[in-house]
Amino acid sequence: MDMLVSLVPLLPLLGFLIIGLGGRKLHQGVTVAVACGSILIAFIIAVVLFFNLSNLPADARSISVTLFDWISAGRFSASLGFLVDPLSSLMLLIITGVGFLIHVYSVGYMHDDEGFNRFFSYLNLFVFFMLLLVMGSNYLVMFVGWEGVGLCSYLLIGFWFKNRDYTNAANKAFIMNRIGDLGLLLGVILIFVHFGSIQYSDVMAKASTVDTGMLTLITFLLFIGAMGKSAQIPLYTWLPDAMAGPTPVSALIHAATMVTAGIYMIARNNVLYTLSPGTQHIVMIIGLATALFAATIALVQNDIKKVLAYSTVSQLGLMFLALGLGAYTSGIFHMATHAFFKALLFLGAGSVIHALQGEQDIRNMGGLRKHLPVTFITFLIAVLAISGIFPFAGFFSKDEILASAYAHDKIVWAIAFITSLMTSFYMFRLFFLTFSGQARASHDVMHHIHESPKSMTLPLIVLAILSAVGGFMGVPEALHGSHWLNSFLSPVFAPSAAVAHHAEHLSHGTEYMLMGVVTVLTLVMIGIAYALYVSKKQVPAAEGVATSAFHRLLYNKYYIDELYNAIVVKPLFWLSVQFDAIIERLGIDNVVNTFGNSVVWGSRAARRLQTGSIGFYIFVMVISIIVLLGAALIGL
Amino acid sequence: MLSNNRKNSVITNNYSAVTLNLFYFLSFLAVLSALLVVFSKNPVHSVLYLIITFFSIGGHYLLLNAEFLFVVHIIVYAGAIMVLFLYVIMLLNLNKETEPHKSNLLKVAATICGGLFLIILVGSLKGAESMIQVQNSNIGYVKNLGMVLFNEFMLPFEISSVLLLAAMVGAVMLGKSEKPGVNN
Amino acid sequence: MIPIEYYLWLSAVLFTIGVMGVLYRRNAIIIFMCIELMLNAVNLVMVAFSNYLNDSSGQVFVFFIMAVAAAEVAVGLAILVVMYRNTKTTDIDILNQLKW
Repeated sequence: MDMLVSLVPLLPLLGFLIIGLGGRKLHQGVTVAVACGSILIAFIIAVVLFFNLSNLPADARSISVTLFDWISAGRFSASLGFLVDPLSSLMLLIITGVGFLIHVYSVGYMHDDEGFNRFFSYLNLFVFFMLLLVMGSNYLVMFVGWEGVGLCSYLLIGFWFKNRDYTNAANKAFIMNRIGDLGLLLGVILIFVHFGSIQYSDVMAKASTVDTGMLTLITFLLFIGAMGKSAQIPLYTWLPDAMAGPTPVSALIHAATMVTAGIYMIARNNVLYTLSPGTQHIVMIIGLATALFAATIALVQNDIKKVLAYSTVSQLGLMFLALGLGAYTSGIFHMATHAFFKALLFLGAGSVIHALQGEQDIRNMGGLRKHLPVTFITFLIAVLAISGIFPFAGFFSKDEILASAYAHDKIVWAIAFITSLMTSFYMFRLFFLTFSGQARASHDVMHHIHESPKSMTLPLIVLAILSAVGGFMGVPEALHGSHWLNSFLSPVFAPSAAVAHHAEHLSHGTEYMLMGVVTVLTLVMIGIAYALYVSKKQVPAAEGVATSAFHRLLYNKYYIDELYNAIVVKPLFWLSVQFDAIIERLGIDNVVNTFGNSVVWGSRAARRLQTGSIGFYIFVMVISIIVLLGAALIGL
Repeated sequence: MLSNNRKNSVITNNYSAVTLNLFYFLSFLAVLSALLVVFSKNPVHSVLYLIITFFSIGGHYLLLNAEFLFVVHIIVYAGAIMVLFLYVIMLLNLNKETEPHKSNLLKVAATICGGLFLIILVGSLKGAESMIQVQNSNIGYVKNLGMVLFNEFMLPFEISSVLLLAAMVGAVMLGKSEKPGVNN
Repeated sequence: MIPIEYYLWLSAVLFTIGVMGVLYRRNAIIIFMCIELMLNAVNLVMVAFSNYLNDSSGQVFVFFIMAVAAAEVAVGLAILVVMYRNTKTTDIDILNQLKW
């Protein structure tokens, strides 16, 4: 069993090493076999572990493996260990499962790319680090994984490194991640200072003994890390720019896995968060604000991937809202279903881009329904899922979140509700503009159009099935379900429930009402979108056409990027220019030069001693003998 | 009996008195001729005075029961080394007029240096009175010295012969005048 | 017997006179002779101590010093002759080319 657990992250690492060292000369078939094979085997092992876990009784539902003692310095000791409990086993399934599908998809998508081997080595490395992140049994291993996925996201976003804009986007992602990581690191350090250990088991056991103020600070710092990694306000601007990377990268990293690291971390620390209601409040507010904010921007975007990116930010906001409300299971549930349909959306978008030979602007799409049937069906399923239509996956998870919000505060529910309506509107806008109506692409593009190869459509089909039925793992009791996910994850969140201040329960009647209201109004939004973009055949305005000020504000993403540039980036550049001119040139250079100059000056003075006249030399010799003897005499 | 004791004590007293007087005379001679070596204008005179210094130091050796060294000292120093000096001076034809002089400032500085040096040396030799004196030690006799020299110090003895060979070869090489077109 | 410090003072004075001679004179040959004077002062100390401590290694050392002094004089005078050949004088202040 221990061997199996250690094998899960080891296989992608081996894949990375083999492909990485093989370099460009490795045959594409070998690369595919190694890369996809390692993830597939890891997935099979994850399934085995999952079944083992479900058979264990609720209070013993975890497997802990310690590989070796890593650091032992004074009071601080950390081991390299893995913890497989329901939460991490669920994440394992998602990471390896969705990861495997995306690997298969990339075989077709990146087929003609010259960096084929490099791409797969990076993908494997990313999976390795992500597995470390979720499987770590202490904060240090998680932090290693956290940083590692940041690195891999930089490598993969800037994959086509010859383009300056893409590398700038990669830099932006990495730097913003690092800002968040600072908060995370400070949080971990404070945890060590106050808890004396960084093992999860030790920290969770002692959680109630630390005073609330310190816990609030710690959890807030950890949340800053989550803000950076999971793209919440104010550290979210990197995610839309990260669409510069290849589409499978966006699917894997920015939909299914890396951005969910923040969610995982907060879920893992649920005890700490439940004991700090202040931070929970902040998490909820930021999650809600981000959800609304991003949804409004997505309403008017015209790049297919940017719409999906803002949608991701918005959905992550909803997940953080759930976590902030204390509904940890709902947050995880939504994360799992989101992984399915968002990955499917991205892969479908990739399929469309691939078919249209690189076109990403939805104003130049349309009429693809007949030409890309599989993509059309799967994309439709995904859009239905994200809009929360019964019985697709998104319905159950989103509904749970809305119910918890309603029980907590009506205003919160209202804003989340509006966000969901906007979500369904812009997703269907995207869908209709892309697939229906007349073809707006140029004639030879439409001439060459064809459905994507099997390697790309098969993952689409699998993900579509998951999006369709994935919701049934968490059917609430109101609909006569047993909510299997709740009982599976109960041991992870039980300590939190034990210290929770109050439990909110809604009557079944209220729940039915909420579900009804959401479904009806969502259908209304879909109807409006249909009317606008299919019946009236409205197409968004082209670049340069004058639009209302409000539209311009949304289209330019509320000018947040420009704001950050002015407030943060320019002062930093100015500061570094000052450092260079003053401290570097005048200060350090002077000091170093002075050392060199003093040597020259000293030797220039010393060489005067070498007069060449023997009489002088003898004189000096005698004087030195006198001095030495005198010193010896006096006893120096 | 009484007369024998008196005779012995007289002889003992006379013996030490004679030795002391001899010591004073020899040291006075040595210092005087050393000063004259330094301060005489004519190099040939310096050589002659140095020979007198060597003789007086040899006399000190005799007082210290080092008869073998006395003989070697006279033969090597006064006999060989000073003769070499005289040869060279004669060869270079040095006399009073060709003597170079130093500036007065340097002479004053040299005097001061010398004075300091003397003070330092005498100061460092201060604690030597507590040595045990051995009367009439016989290690200076030829037979005894030879025993030590050829038993313990055999190797340095042989190597010094190599040293002398090297010096000889060096002196000849240096002294050869270079004729153009001749390959050594 | 003669106290040992008499011999030590005598040899100190002789040594100092030798040092002063080296500093005083510019003629290379005189400087050489003063060096010989210094060596002799050291010899005297060695023999004195060897006599007073009944240790024969002092006298053996003097023996070797004499051998070395002889060799040194031979080579030194040869160098002096070469110097005279090149510069027509024995003034040591002429040789000042090895300077900055």
